[in-house]
Amino acid sequence: MGEQSPVLEMAGIRKVFPGVVALDGVDFRLFPGEVHALMGENGAGKSTLIKVLTGVYEIDGGEIKLGGAPVRISGPLQAQQAGVSTVYQEVNLCTNLSVAENIFIGREPRKFGRIQWGKMRRRAAELLTRLDLDLDVSAPLSSYSLAIQQMVAIARAIDIEARVLILDEPTSSLDTSEVEQLFRIMRRLKESGVAILFVSHFLDQIYEISDRLTVLRNGQLIGEYKTAEMPQVQLVEKMIGKELAALEDLEDKAQRNRERAAEAKPVLEAKGLGRTGAIAPYDLTIHAGEVVGLAGLLGSGRTELARLLFGADKADQGEIHLDGKPATLRDPQAAMKRGIAFSSENRRTEGIIGDLSVRENIILALQASRGWTRPIPRKKQDEIVDKYIKALQIRPADPERPVRNLSGGNQQKVLLARWLITEPKLLIIDEPTRGIDVGAKAEIQKLVAELSDGGMAVLFVSAELEEVLRLSHKIEVLRDRRLVEELENTAGVDADRIMQTIASGATS
Amino acid sequence: MTTASMTPVTKGPELNKRRRVYKPNAKYIPILATLGLLAIMYITGIANYDNFGDPSVFVNLFRDNAVLLVVAVGMTFVIITGGIDLSVGAVISLTTVLTATLLKGDWPPLVVLPAVLILGALIGAGQGAVIHFFKVEPFIATLAGLFLARGLALFINQQSIPIRNETWSAISDYRIELADGVVTKPNAIIAVLVVIIAAAVLAWTRFGRNVYAIGGSSDSALLMGLPVGRTRIVVYTISGFCAALGGVLYSINSTSGHALQGNGYELDAIAACVIGGVLLTGGAGYVWGTLLGVMVAGLITTIINFQGDLNAAWTRIVVGVLLFVFIVMQRLVTRKAK
Repeated sequence: MGEQSPVLEMAGIRKVFPGVVALDGVDFRLFPGEVHALMGENGAGKSTLIKVLTGVYEIDGGEIKLGGAPVRISGPLQAQQAGVSTVYQEVNLCTNLSVAENIFIGREPRKFGRIQWGKMRRRAAELLTRLDLDLDVSAPLSSYSLAIQQMVAIARAIDIEARVLILDEPTSSLDTSEVEQLFRIMRRLKESGVAILFVSHFLDQIYEISDRLTVLRNGQLIGEYKTAEMPQVQLVEKMIGKELAALEDLEDKAQRNRERAAEAKPVLEAKGLGRTGAIAPYDLTIHAGEVVGLAGLLGSGRTELARLLFGADKADQGEIHLDGKPATLRDPQAAMKRGIAFSSENRRTEGIIGDLSVRENIILALQASRGWTRPIPRKKQDEIVDKYIKALQIRPADPERPVRNLSGGNQQKVLLARWLITEPKLLIIDEPTRGIDVGAKAEIQKLVAELSDGGMAVLFVSAELEEVLRLSHKIEVLRDRRLVEELENTAGVDADRIMQTIASGATS
Repeated sequence: MTTASMTPVTKGPELNKRRRVYKPNAKYIPILATLGLLAIMYITGIANYDNFGDPSVFVNLFRDNAVLLVVAVGMTFVIITGGIDLSVGAVISLTTVLTATLLKGDWPPLVVLPAVLILGALIGAGQGAVIHFFKVEPFIATLAGLFLARGLALFINQQSIPIRNETWSAISDYRIELADGVVTKPNAIIAVLVVIIAAAVLAWTRFGRNVYAIGGSSDSALLMGLPVGRTRIVVYTISGFCAALGGVLYSINSTSGHALQGNGYELDAIAACVIGGVLLTGGAGYVWGTLLGVMVAGLITTIINFQGDLNAAWTRIVVGVLLFVFIVMQRLVTRKAK
């Protein structure tokens, strides 16, 4: 492979935003038929590099060569014409249009200026069959899951006859089998000579699929390595730039607190709680100072279970006891009043308000619980916000910066801060670490552990089993919208054990 | 994970099928509802009034609502992109005043006609450019356009200007016999042509599909490499052109020009779109729906005329109620789709 000439070469790329150097002299190359992982923490410059490559940003310095010839990419359309297609983390398709249209829009087959719908649908169906997808191509894209939408985005990208395919965190919303399917497609494309740039926060995935990797840190190139010759720990060190003691530190903590947690009072008890079509009736008890993890595949009902406890969806059967007394949670406001906080999995759409500042975002829930007639004095706001920016190490530590400009991990911290200042008895966090980098992940996990040490009950929802295992005192396993088993997180419980439970669907 | 092989997979994973939520033609629900409503109104009319079933009653709907229909078609493009055009009523008045003034000054009709149509298109293009290049909310940009066009119309002449031009009068008096005893006017034919052309453009051209894509998500459309800016400007240009064409039809109808003609048409056009199932948030809707929306409004007026003793204000009241109903329905349909 090394003998081949690269299809893409970027040399000395520099990109400056007002006040920030996002990329500083970064080199990057991509060979045909390889999967090349771009690694780095949030804010390291990965997204900027990709946006430069796709023509969303123009570079302030450096050179881009495609197939040996220097190019200037001035827009997404141009990038596509040059053979560079991109699939973004958030599916960037139009869900109101049909599957076929989403694949072909802008390149519809035409005759005398008229779109040939029949031909378009046929070609779309053929293309999807090649990717092992069996979809109704004339159905609107919105009728399919995010995972399928992601695959459709890839179908669109490869139909452009891409020489370079950029996959920017395509797996963050996929479950294991869907990831496998994606990897199959990637391998097939690789065989046909497409160069794939792959970004993912899941190290396992990087090691499974990539041939080579490039590490960025703070907008600078750290190096290019062969994946097989780079041990995981070393890679993480290169990304973070310091040794990662935080993670190991956590391991035993869950064990240590188990006895205490079991003796504590139950904060919340759900008895036969359920909602038709969303989650089958379940029993669940959460004690003070306990971390309860929810494990299960995407769509297994993790979020649905949690939403019932917050009153975000209404249960149609069963009851909830809070502090031993029966309670009805008609809506989230009622739940908030009773000391339950819920940090949503969709931080972009349901949590963070991008145009408001860090301060305003943090203060939001507290203000809401006080009612708008009693505004929190500005001085008090600043005090609280400063405290949490320090405590959670939110970067940049500027309370007046619009949250939109923060990286994913820091947005997540802002969201957590918002709920923490309401001092909840029970904190429900849904996928707090999705799409954020290793360093921020560890910090958030550490925070969860500290909160539970401090006596807070936490319901922790995550697609990553390792994370659930590391933090939880007990683990609720879900499958097909049903709580199938409760596991005490003792020494014998590991990812395999949980996978088995999910696979068999019942107590083994 | 290590056993993942390169062997081709013959059958798609079942998860695709399992996740599929089949919604039979959810996108047609609003338009079908309007069609049903129209049918009910029509049947009620036939049942209650003599001669209501006469074909000319139906055909006259097109004649009487030609201006609104043309303007609403332009509005449909704009609303599908997720925008709004408040300037169309004012562009109608500017067009009628300008047409009447120019014709009075003995300009040849063959110069006046293209001149006012081009002016309308330019006003639209200007608004589109402001919206696109300066990222101004369509509501604000076209509100400015409204004041500008209405102000210009009033500046030219505050009085009603009669049109005595022969060509205009000839078109105004021209009758087309569709069938025995069923006659219509050129205005109706032009309006129907506009509907057909617009429907074809939206369904069968790249431009038309881009309009829908932008309404679905303009960020995504941009990243998919679609010409978002150009499309948006063209959409407002179409709306401005349609408004000017509506103004021409208005001047033919009334054989006069007045700065208050077309007052409030922007709101009638928006109402017709919404009743016809065009989603105000963009991304969904059909010109056929808009046609039905205009027909509904027209039929209400017709029924009131047949009744004879009802106040004309009832048209507005009923349209108001329908708007509420349809907006709530849109909400429910989109929520279900989510």
